[in-house]
Amino acid sequence: MTPAAPLFLLDGHPVPFKPGETLIEAATRAGRHIPHLCWHPGFAPHGSCRLCMVAIGERQLAACSTAAEAGLEVRLHGEALAAQRRTLLQLLFVEGNHFCPSCERSGACKLQAEACEAGVEGPHFEQLYPDRPVDASHPDVLLDLNRCILCGLCVRASAQHDGKAVFALGGRGLGTQLVVGSASGRLGDTDLAASDLAARICPVGAILPKRRGFAVPIGQRRYDAAPISALPETDDGMPPP
Amino acid sequence: MSLAGCFGCHMSFLDIDERLFALIERVEFDRSPLTDLKAVGRCDIGLVEGGLCNAENVQVLREFRAHCKTLVAVGACAINGGLPAQRNHLRIDELLRAVYQQRDGLAAGAQVPDDPELPLPLNRVHPIHEVVHIDYSLPGCPPSADAFWQFLTDLMAGRTPQLGHGLMHYD
Repeated sequence: MTPAAPLFLLDGHPVPFKPGETLIEAATRAGRHIPHLCWHPGFAPHGSCRLCMVAIGERQLAACSTAAEAGLEVRLHGEALAAQRRTLLQLLFVEGNHFCPSCERSGACKLQAEACEAGVEGPHFEQLYPDRPVDASHPDVLLDLNRCILCGLCVRASAQHDGKAVFALGGRGLGTQLVVGSASGRLGDTDLAASDLAARICPVGAILPKRRGFAVPIGQRRYDAAPISALPETDDGMPPP
Repeated sequence: MSLAGCFGCHMSFLDIDERLFALIERVEFDRSPLTDLKAVGRCDIGLVEGGLCNAENVQVLREFRAHCKTLVAVGACAINGGLPAQRNHLRIDELLRAVYQQRDGLAAGAQVPDDPELPLPLNRVHPIHEVVHIDYSLPGCPPSADAFWQFLTDLMAGRTPQLGHGLMHYD
């Protein structure tokens, strides 16, 4: 007889976990959605988006980088946590040029889907309107840094999955941005291929395949039918190759 | 009222179709592109589409704020500047010269219009909440007719408008 798996409580619901798993790994395996942008089951946590913040007692912790422990009482829902998530999403929106009406990732964008789910109706903060040039130098991949949320998924995918290290995060503070690892700084001068995971993993519209815009009819896009929390993790964020 | 808008939000509002008859039984329209009133009077609700791109937009927006108990930013442009704000990475003087002086096919000696009757453009397009307080935002480009209907019926019933999945979208 195998011993019962240890459990923690997520908003009162028991979630089984394997030793060494983080809260978000166990919750995702149990079919419970914890909002996130920079976490991906295939990679080590990044801890930059802060969307997965949960409350444990008096403390707030990122579910992506907190180990599950038996008996933990974890709160995800609640007005204060929801308001904080809305604020984080509003900050991400005003920091970039998120003009969804003309973005080819609209309807399949995790940032947009989490914001809709969180009930973000307006920005509340002053727009920064960044002015970073679009890099269209690559024959098959477009890079628009004005939409980049610095989740670092392309950085991790390129280094750890593709073995190429095409991307890195450079700069400091508000000046931090995604940089391209070629002498010219241009994407076209790297060995990135459109089939690389790094070219496909972007959860927003910053890294897009060329010549394949608006291919999915409105109503059939990833998040049209159901909110992001109702979809399995394996079915979101990762555009098909 | 439409500021730097495309009138698409007004068209989407009209897409409530025959529900307009039910609405008109309950409300009276003040200044609007659909009425002939030239100045805005005291109102319960002001619906504003479009961002701010010129001086007249700012003046009209302030008049609406002063006269409306509840002011609503309707559509992507009013909320974050929208697609017109894509001009924010260009210089406005260069844009005006490119269109009115340097474009192919213009008459010889064409100049940027400078009559004082014309409102001067702002350096950048702004969302309306950067100039006046906004009570609600109704997102979408445009918001769907059903979103308008849900929003207005909630507001008229004294409820905080709740859009929910399907009615809440930014595109």
